[in-house]
Parts: sequence; structure tokens; C-alpha cells
Amino acid sequence: MKSIISLLTGIMFGAGLCISGMVNPMKVINFLDISGTWDPSLGLVMGGGLTVMIIANLIGRRMNRPMYAEYWRLPTRDKLDTQLIVGSAIFGIGWGVGGFCPGPALTAIAYSNSTMLLGVGAYAVGAVLASFIRTGMQKSAVEKRIASA
Amino acid sequence: MEIINFDPVNAYVGGLMLGGSAMMLYLLRGDVAGINGMLTGIIKPIKGEVSWRILFLVGLVLGGLLYRGYGGALETLEPAVDGYWVVLAGLLVGIGATFGSGCTSGHGICGISRWSIRSIMATVTFMASAVVTVFIIRHVVGG
Repeated sequence: MKSIISLLTGIMFGAGLCISGMVNPMKVINFLDISGTWDPSLGLVMGGGLTVMIIANLIGRRMNRPMYAEYWRLPTRDKLDTQLIVGSAIFGIGWGVGGFCPGPALTAIAYSNSTMLLGVGAYAVGAVLASFIRTGMQKSAVEKRIASA
Repeated sequence: MEIINFDPVNAYVGGLMLGGSAMMLYLLRGDVAGINGMLTGIIKPIKGEVSWRILFLVGLVLGGLLYRGYGGALETLEPAVDGYWVVLAGLLVGIGATFGSGCTSGHGICGISRWSIRSIMATVTFMASAVVTVFIIRHVVGG
């Protein structure tokens, strides 16, 4: 059941990205070009997503646990740090250059457009590389803390 | 400023679907629909944490294929850049979203909806840097 949910929600997400037009890089660039040829549509994508998710959070608060799992798995960090801000700023630059973020990039595979496939490949390489570096940084930070204790 | 291609109905319906997907993932499984986290989660071999993420990502592509198969209005993609630039864009998106702990979905929809200060600040930051980037490319360099 849990696997079926993963697959179905993935399909729904991918189709939603296509219907909204967010899978098309040029539409994203025009959304970001507020002083030029501005296409405000994608603001409504976020609006639609937030409408449902704000309700989902209200429902979730009244539930003891998820329907098919033992507990909620939410991010545990709650403080701002440099990595969050610098990382997000870098992500925004890439988004502004290419017009794709992770979800639309992966969904774009369905279009087998060679330029976009190159972009998706680069995205995956960047994410995997950064993930290894980040895990390494966290590990060495913990070791330092243990060594100094 | 000139407003072009404004398509509020499809944008909102698509957005509701993203929200519906994230809602099901959250209320049924207790998980966050952060796409970058799904991808980076796959390479960390933690038992029981890999296959559901792969299924979701396969679902994304299937969703795209179904949309195209059933005559979706968007027939072809218009890449914004190509060559080295698309590679650079991809690398920056991957590196940035990973160090920033999330992307448009994880921070922009899931995080903001539970009023996470980290997600709100991350979203403000990447929106601002993306707008500035497009402004420089289109109106300073390209102008």
C-alpha cells in the first residue's frame, strides 16, 4: 500500500507540473522576468499547492499518526544557518539560468528533449556530489565535537 | 513590463494537483514531498528509505508521459539555454538545493504550509536570486 501511494503521488505530481506549464523552462523564465515579459501564472501554481497543503497540515494536526505509517517524518532542523541561505541563493541562480528546478527537471525526462536531458543529468550529478560533500562535512563536524569534548 | 501567456486556470489546477500529491504523501505516509530530498535520499543506503523514493521519481516521469499520451496541451519544451549553460544551470540547481536543504516543492510548498521559518527564508532567498539572475541575463547582459 505504501509503495502504491508513492507511485501514485509521483504520477499526480508529474502530471500537475505538466498541466501547470511549470515543466516548460521558458515559462519559468518569463515568470521570473517581472520587469520584462512577465507571465504571472506560476505564482498560482504555488498558490494552489499551498491551498491544499495548509488544509493538509490542519488535518494532520488532528491525527495521531499518518494513516499508513507509525510517525510523521518532518525535517528536524529549525534554526537558520549560512548553508541554508547560501545554498538557496545558488539554487536560485541555477533556476534563473536554466528555468528548471528539481521536480520539473525530472518530469521533463518524459519529453526526451536532448537539451533538457543534459540539464537533468547535470542536476543529478550536482545533487549527488553535494550530498556526499555535505554528509562528509557533517561527519567531520561531529568528530571535531567529540575530539574537543 | 508586459504580461504574456497568463494561464491562471491551468496553473492553479496544476498547483492543486501538486498540493494533492503532497497532501496524500503527508497524511498517508507521513512524508514530505521534497523532490530534491527524494533524489539525494536514494544514494544514502538506509534500509526502507530507497524504494519509495525511486517509485515516486518514476511516477514523476510516468505522470509526464501520461499527460503527453492523453493529449496534454504542452507538446514540446522550450529550453531556456543549451550547451554549457544548461549543464551549469543543472549543476547549480543540484548543488544549491542540496546545501539549501530543499527546492521549490520541499521549501516552497511543504515547508511554507507548516510555517517553517527555514523554508520561508529559503524560498524568499531562491526567488530573489532567481529574479535577479533573469534580470541580469535578459536586461543587463542581453539588453
